Parts: sequence; structure tokens; C-alpha cells
Amino acid sequence: MTRFVLRRLLLTIPVLIGASLLIYAMVYALPGDPVRALAGDRPLSPAVQAQIRAEFNLDDPFPVQYAKYIWGLLHGDFGQDFSGRPVLEIIGQRLPVTVKLTIVAVFFEALFGIAAGILASLRRNSFFDNLVLISTTLLVSIPVFVLGFLAQFVFGFKLGWFPIAGVADGWVSYLLPGLVLASLSMAYVARLTRTAMLEAFSADYIRTARAKGVGRSRIVMRHAFRNSLIPVVTFIGADIGSLLGGAIVTESVFNLPGLGRAIFDAVRSQQGPVVVGIVTLMVFFYIFFNLVVDVLYAVIDPRIRYD
Amino acid sequence: MSESPPQSLLQITGLHIEFSVDKKWIPAVRGIDLTLGQGEVLALVGESGSGKSTLAMAVPGLLAANARVSGSIRLAGIELANADEKTLTGVRGDDVGVVFQEPMTAFNPVYTIGWQIVEAIRAHRDVTAEQARERAVELLELVDMPDPATRVDYYPHQLSGGQRQRAMIAQALACDPKLLIADEPTTALDVTVQAEILDLISDLRSRVDAAILLITHDMGVVADLADRIMVMKDGVVVESATAAALFADPQHPYTQSLLKAVPHLGAGRIEVSDVEPPDPQPQMPEPALSFREATIEFKSGPKSTFRAVDGVTLDVGPGEVVGLVGESGSGKSTLGKAAIGLVKLTSGSVSLAGTNITRLSQRGLREPRKKIGVVFQDPGSSLNPRWPIGQAIAEPLALHTSLSKEARQARVEELLDRVDLSRTLRNRYPHQLSGGQRQRVGIARALALEPALVIADEPTSALDVSVQAKVLRLLRELQAEQGFACLFISHDLAVIEELSDRIAVMKSGRLVESGPAEQVLRRPAEDYTARLIAAVPVPDPDEQARRRELRLAEA
Amino acid sequence: MTEPAGVEAEELVGQSSVWADAWKYLRTNPLFLIGLTVMVVMVAMALFPSVFALGADPTDCDLSMSRRPPSAEHWFGMDLQGCDYYANVIYGARTSVAIGVLTVIGVLVIGVLVGSLAGYFGGWADTVLARITDVFFGIPLFLGALVLLTVSAQRSVWTVSLALVVFGWMTAMRLVRSSVVSIRGADYVLAAQALGASSGRILVRHILPNALAPVLIYATIAVGTFISAEAALTYLGIGLQAPEISWGLQINVAQSLIGSSPHLLFFPALFLSVTVLGFILLGDALRDALDPKRR
Repeated sequence: MTRFVLRRLLLTIPVLIGASLLIYAMVYALPGDPVRALAGDRPLSPAVQAQIRAEFNLDDPFPVQYAKYIWGLLHGDFGQDFSGRPVLEIIGQRLPVTVKLTIVAVFFEALFGIAAGILASLRRNSFFDNLVLISTTLLVSIPVFVLGFLAQFVFGFKLGWFPIAGVADGWVSYLLPGLVLASLSMAYVARLTRTAMLEAFSADYIRTARAKGVGRSRIVMRHAFRNSLIPVVTFIGADIGSLLGGAIVTESVFNLPGLGRAIFDAVRSQQGPVVVGIVTLMVFFYIFFNLVVDVLYAVIDPRIRYD
Repeated sequence: MSESPPQSLLQITGLHIEFSVDKKWIPAVRGIDLTLGQGEVLALVGESGSGKSTLAMAVPGLLAANARVSGSIRLAGIELANADEKTLTGVRGDDVGVVFQEPMTAFNPVYTIGWQIVEAIRAHRDVTAEQARERAVELLELVDMPDPATRVDYYPHQLSGGQRQRAMIAQALACDPKLLIADEPTTALDVTVQAEILDLISDLRSRVDAAILLITHDMGVVADLADRIMVMKDGVVVESATAAALFADPQHPYTQSLLKAVPHLGAGRIEVSDVEPPDPQPQMPEPALSFREATIEFKSGPKSTFRAVDGVTLDVGPGEVVGLVGESGSGKSTLGKAAIGLVKLTSGSVSLAGTNITRLSQRGLREPRKKIGVVFQDPGSSLNPRWPIGQAIAEPLALHTSLSKEARQARVEELLDRVDLSRTLRNRYPHQLSGGQRQRVGIARALALEPALVIADEPTSALDVSVQAKVLRLLRELQAEQGFACLFISHDLAVIEELSDRIAVMKSGRLVESGPAEQVLRRPAEDYTARLIAAVPVPDPDEQARRRELRLAEA
Repeated sequence: MTEPAGVEAEELVGQSSVWADAWKYLRTNPLFLIGLTVMVVMVAMALFPSVFALGADPTDCDLSMSRRPPSAEHWFGMDLQGCDYYANVIYGARTSVAIGVLTVIGVLVIGVLVGSLAGYFGGWADTVLARITDVFFGIPLFLGALVLLTVSAQRSVWTVSLALVVFGWMTAMRLVRSSVVSIRGADYVLAAQALGASSGRILVRHILPNALAPVLIYATIAVGTFISAEAALTYLGIGLQAPEISWGLQINVAQSLIGSSPHLLFFPALFLSVTVLGFILLGDALRDALDPKRR
């Protein structure tokens, strides 16, 4: 098992390097003036331009540029915005909000998604099953931002069940945004769980369990569900990426001061370096999280462990 | 017919089973009566579609949801047909144990076999976890599992095929069931492993009280094990008799043809005296296929290599049929692939009719490949599912000849005639044909370019016994008629005997023995060959019993 | 000799090929028909917006009519600028469908190419391509497209599609690769190799036709996903910009006016959702139709 973890760890490193290189190259190595690209329409005097060039090492050959950048990253230097404020500081302020939001979202996604999926698979072709299929299809079709302010309008403004915006109410303020953020993923998880369960039900080992006289609920949970966990966990892991992207929209709609909102504001005010810095952090987190999921996968499926 | 003992354990009367497919009811079992006494072994024999598995699975109520059962199934006085779930759950595992065919998929891959056996125990007995685990180890000892105390914590994929099947038997016996149902318990296993498991089951009869309902298509398996046999076809029982009576004097024409179709080791080659041999050719000095110290290694990890074939020297003379026999992992298929250049030799050489093809590139192999035909094992997967079979047969012609479309058509029709398939099938897709028909298509394709050498890799292993008999006969006739050399690869010695001039035996990549068929089979020089021959099930009860004694004496 | 096998064959009459079989199932499947209708209507709307808009001009605006609710002459009312909303929403279809289709084509081309090369040749080619794919997988679609668009000078239909393709090709690649790998081991491929067919011929004539089904199903659903992604990017302000007509832009403007002029949000949101829904239904129905277990 340790060998497996070590091997995965070793494989993750080139991916981290590659991803950061890709982001860096996108910003600094494409044709066109990177300073212009980063600053957008903001007017910059030649002196400021020169200062930026020096700061971002833009006059160095690309490999050197990149090396200095990585060195900076490892020391927590995620760049600065145009007023000199370190991106790391922004990250420090905003990170907790996004973390809480993501946790709430994953919780909803896993809980409701898996439960709905299991129940739908048990009552195949019933009213509930069709309800799940239809509602998940609809949820997947409605874009997150539309769902966001519809929910905000109806449940927050009109019905007053939830806070409309901000984090003033502690964990409660994360409930509605978390639910909205999770909606798309929850729909996918429900469908995936349902399909995986149905496939498990037709597997040979279920017939063996029945032949042993094992009771139905035990068969469902200990045999079918256990085997369905594998694809579901894998999906939840890969899906964090879309949660991170969705957080940008959700935090904007609900005015939560998280990393997503920071990116949104930075895009609005054309603060390129901030966008790049925060996205880089998110990507690192995402890759690392997938490593954790891989390890979890080995815990769930012994066949992987003894590879 | 048989007399039912005063106290039948299992009594089935007037059983009808139908399946709902596309809103129609398709009968699978039509009015069967069956009795089984305590401690008896009853074998249900039939080919695919006979209804034997359906019948057996109906007893513990394990049929699919679209099944409809009518009639009576009484086990020790309890009515099981259409019983409620509570009754069935109580009976399953406790009164009836089931051993399934494919132990790899029949076990849950994410739990240890110990956990699964314990589950079987604790479903019906009120014991602590420790007690259950102890019993699990005991059960593994009962089935002769090597090192049971350690293996009990192994996952299914960590055990060999034979060990998994032993574990499955242990699990089925966990609660001392009155009836043990074994559904094709050895079909997925190697011949020697199969012999071991059959010996185990035979031995268990004396150690354990259960009656056994054995389902199989293999007459050889049945010969030694069963007290009574019921032969099924299309959902009905065509004949029912004691084992001795059935083998000695089969009454029903189906039983007779079935027994005749089973390859019987010691019966010699298929007779083809009515076939015209080809015109005598000037004797060619080179063998059609020749291996010299062939070794094939594969990378099995970052640092290790796996030797699939180890220093094999083998010749197939022109017009000769060499049967290459071995169990799984023996390297026989790999060797077959090397003959066509699909796998490269790590060292040694391989030549086709004198041309050394060891180092040739794919382009260089084009010429030699024109003279070889290949028949694969699984007729389902050796034909492209999206190509009509006529196109599949024509492919070698399209690749290697400059025949016009019409000329190719004509040749395809000729070939279809040759393998006894109607010409109208030309535009059908593989899934519309039966297994036997698909295999004939495979043979037609192999013969398209009139090859001097045919490599046949397990061509009949996936076919029913009677279909297999027909395909083997076809191959034999074609070979006699056209005079091609043939490397016939199989795990089944009896099948090999039906076709081969010479036999070569492989084990773990090495060539253990080779020589004229008669000699290898009657006077094997090597130990392994003798063991292999001894393990082959023979459809003759007395013979089987004798062989079992021999096996046990040697162990 | 053996008995003629022609008799058995006559009993086995059925559909001829996998696709013909699937079509029979789809023809009568309501979800498929709904999805197909939506797709056809939306594509037609994209190609001939003036026909659907009945000649109305989306740019013909009168500020005095700003935010009028729906009426008999202006079915969807008027937007903030006083332009006919119905025309604008119709013309919005053109942008969205174009981006969805362009992106999917790009994703398929790259995905099939890289996936089949990696799957068929295996070895170091596979390892290198798999690593590259892993790197791209490390960057979520939305985030990657966001950064790329942030540093792009222009934001047109082409650049947005490109951004989505660059970070969205990987799933298609993985699907193609795993299909190719599983088919590569099939006996009929071995048979073709034994006959001496070249790699190219084998890939094109034997492997790909059998391997494409899963990725095509994914592609159908992906059109919807990409349309949704573009709308989200545009809504955030880094996708298309005015004066382009896009549902994302319309929703962006409409969100602050949700209380006073709900029709501004309703119509583009409805069209967007229905379009995405249509493609998803289509893809789902296709998946069920091609499911080997259904037969």
C-alpha cells in the first residue's frame, strides 16, 4: 500500500509542474505583449511598464522566467496585483470562505446524490425513479448562475428562508450557496450512483450473496453499494474541478468574500496577475485532491492495492 | 426410469418455467419431474439452451425477475416454488448450497474470502465473529485449501482458479446444507485443476451428508461422479437412468448422438476415408513451420520479464497436423501467434517453409503471410461485428490479391460452399449467426488464400459438444482434401487426438514432449504428459473410476 | 457429409447492423424525439435567425421603450436598450449553437487523434500522451478557459471556442483511448494483423468504427455542456462582449432587474436551458440505444 501511495505521489509531481508550466506559458509565452494582456485596457506609462517587466522577469529568457516563477511559488509568492498587494495576502483572506463553501457543496453532493441514486436504483421505473431522472436532467440543463439567482430570489428574497448574501450568519449563510453550487454535481452523482447500483445488481456476486441467504438490505448496502462506491468516489474527485469553477459564479451571486469572488473582481478590474495567481493555487489544490482520491480508491478497491 | 427412495430429499413435479422476453413468454423448462434422495448425486446433462441451469436455479429461487414458475418443488417437505422471500432466504445457504461456474466473478472482489464465508455462516447461525472465523478456517481445511489459516484473509484475485473454486465449495457447505447444487463447477478450470476439484467433490461425498445436483455439459465429468443422470434437451428430459446404464446402453437418439459427439480419449483420429486426398505433390524438403530454440519474453513490470515460451524446438511437416496441447499459461497460444509474426521472438528462430521470418518487419511478413490461414477461438470476437461476413471472408483476398470485385465475390461463394454454409448468409452480420456458423466463417476466411499452413487456436473450445463435433469433422475433411499443414492448439487432449498426426505437449513455456499421436497418448515418456492424460475426463464410468484410483494412488 | 446449415440461418432473421438496430429503438423513443426536435429547431434558428425572428432587427432599438413587458407586438418585450427582446433571444441562439458545435468538433478531432494513437500504439507513445493528458486534466475546464480568455486580446466566437477546446479535449481522448485499447485486443484485430493489414487500415477500418460510439454519445451531451460553459463565461464578463448577442450577456444584464422586469431573465434562461436539455436528452437516448445489454 505504501508503495502504491509513493508511486502515485511521484506521478503527481510532473503533473503539478506541467500544469503550472501550462498556466505560466499561457500568460507569458503566447504571442502578444503579456503586460498588455495582463493589464487589459488600463493605461500604463512606459515607466510602469518597465517596472512590471522587471517584476515579472519578462525580459529574461523563458526558462529562466519560469524557474524564477516556480521559485517564487514555492516561497508563497503568487504574484502581486497592480497596486503592489501580494496575491498571497488576498488568498489568505479569502481562502476560508471558499473552503467552507466547497465542503458544504461536497457534503450536499455526496449525501443527496448518493441517497437519491440508491433509492432510485431500488425502485427502478417507479415514480420516484422517474422523478429522480427527470429532476437530475433538468438540474443539469439549467446553468449554475441562473439557478443561483433564481434560488436567491425565491428562497432568500421572497420566502426569506435563507440569507440572501454575505457571510454574516455563520454556517447558515453557506447552505443555499452550497446547495446551488452542488446542484449540477449532485445530479451527476445521483445518476452515476443509480447506474452503478443497477450494474452491481446484475453482477454474479449478488447472485452468490442471495444464494447464501443474505438479507436484502445487507445485499444492497454491503455488496452492491460498496462496489458502486468506486466509480462514484472517482467522479466526486474529478468533479471538484467544476466545483472550483462554479464557486466563482456562486460567490459572485451570493456575495461571499471567497477566492471565487476575488477572481471575479480581478477579471472585472482587469487584474491579470491576481487571476493567474489564484487559479494556480486552485489548480494545485485540485491536483493534490485527486491524489487523495486515488489513494482512497485503493482503500476501497483491494485489486488496485495489490497491483 | 429410477425408483424414488421412500424419503426423497428433493421432489420436483410438473415444473414449467418461462421467461418474458420482448413481451412474449419463452419456455425454458417444460414439465419436468425429478426426485433426489439423501446423499445421492444426480447429474443434469445438456447443451446450451437445454434448460438445465434454469431448472437447478429454480430450486433456491434464484431465477431472473422475468421468470414465471409453475409446478412444485419440495425440499425436505418445504414448498419452494413461488414461495415468499422470507421462506426462500431461510432455505438458501442453510438447506441449499450453490457452487457457481465462474469463481472469479461469483465472489465479491472487495471482500476477503474469509469475510464472505463468515457472512454465509452468520446469515443462519447465531455465533460470534471469532467462532464464525474459526469455522471458516475449518471449512477451508475440509476442501483441502493449502495453508487455510493464511488464505482465509486473501482476496479472491489473490488466489488461483482452483483455490477460488475450493473456497466457493467451502462457502456453499458453510451451514451443512442438505442439498448442494453445483452449476458447471469445473468448466472454467484447467484440465488438471478440474481433475483435482472433481476428486474433491467425489471425496466430499463420504465426508459430508449433502445430496448433490450436478449440472454440466461434460459427459466425462459426469461419468465418475453421478449415481443417476438426466439428459435434457430444449427444456425436457429425454432420458433418465443410472450412470452405468446410460453409458452402457443409451436409449434415446439424442443421448446416443451426444455420447458419440464427445471426444473420447483413446478413440483415435476421425475417419475420413471418403475424402479425396490432393494430387501427390513432390515432397518438399522444408517443414511448413519450424521453431528452433524459440524463446519469447514479455515485460511484466518495470524490472521483471516473464518468459512465456522457453527454448521450444518444433517442426510441422508439409501436410502434417501437429496438435499442440497445454493448460493455461503453457505458452501454446503465444507460440501460435509467433508463427504468424504477431509476437516477436526474443531469441531463437522461426521459419515458414524455409523462409526465416524471425527478424522480418511487418512489410517483410506480407509475402509469407499469404500462405498461412488462422482460425481463432472465439467466433464471436474473431469477426468484426460491423462487417457482413462476406466482407470478412474476402478481406484476405482484398489485401493480397488483385482480383476484381466479382472475382472476389465468386471466391467467397466457393468458400461458403466448402464450409457448408448457405450462400445467402453472405450479407449477414456475425451476431445473426450461431456459434458454429461463425466458426465456419472463420475457417472459410482462413482458407481464402489456399494456405499451405493453418494455425488453429482453440477453434472449438467455445462451442457446444455437438457443434464442436461437426466443426472438427469439417476441419479434418478439409485438411485431408486440401493437404495443408496444421498447427492445432488446444487444451483438450481428446479433441487433439481426433485430428493430429503428431502431438506436442507444453508446460510453463517449455516443450515437454512431442511425438506421433499414438505414442504420446499410449506410452508417454514424461510425467507431466501422463498426468495430463490421466486428468482428462472420459465418458465411461468404469474407465473414470479406474483413472481416479490411479490419481489418488499417485498423490 | 454434414447437414446443410442454411436451415438454421433462416431462423435467425433480424436487424442487420448496430446502427440500424439503434435507429429502430430511437425512432419511437419520446425522449430522443424531443431532444432531436430541440436540436433541429435550435440549429435552424442559428442558421436562419431572420426567419425565426420574423424579420425583426435585434439592433433596432428605441430607448424610450426600455424594459417594456411582453406584448402582442413584442412577444418577449423589450430589453434595457429598448430593443426587441424576441429578436435578440433568437439571434442569441446563433452564437451559442455555433460555439457549442465548434467546440465539440475541435474536441472530437483532437480527442480521436490523440486517443487512438495512444490506444493503438501503446508503449512510450501512450505514456507520453497520457502524461500530457494528465497535465491538462489538472486544470479544470472553467478555470483554464478563464485564464486563457483573460489574456486574450479579442473575445470572439472563435477564441471562446478555442479556449474551451484547449481545456476540454481530455475526456474525449480518454474515452477514445479506452475504447481503442479494449478493441485492440479483440480477435478480429489480431486476425487482420495476421493477414498483414497495415496499422492505418486496421485503425480506420476495424477499430475506429467500433470505438467511436462512446465518444459520440459524450460529444452530443458535451454540446450542451459547452454552450452552458460559454454562457457562464460570458455572464462573468470574460466570454463574449457586447455588441455580440449572447444569452449569457442577456442574463448578466437581467439579473439585477429580476424584481422589476423578470421577462428579461426568463426568456434567455429558458432558451438556454431548453437547448442544453435537448442535447442531453439526445445523448442519453443515444446511449441507451447503443447499449449492448439492451439487446
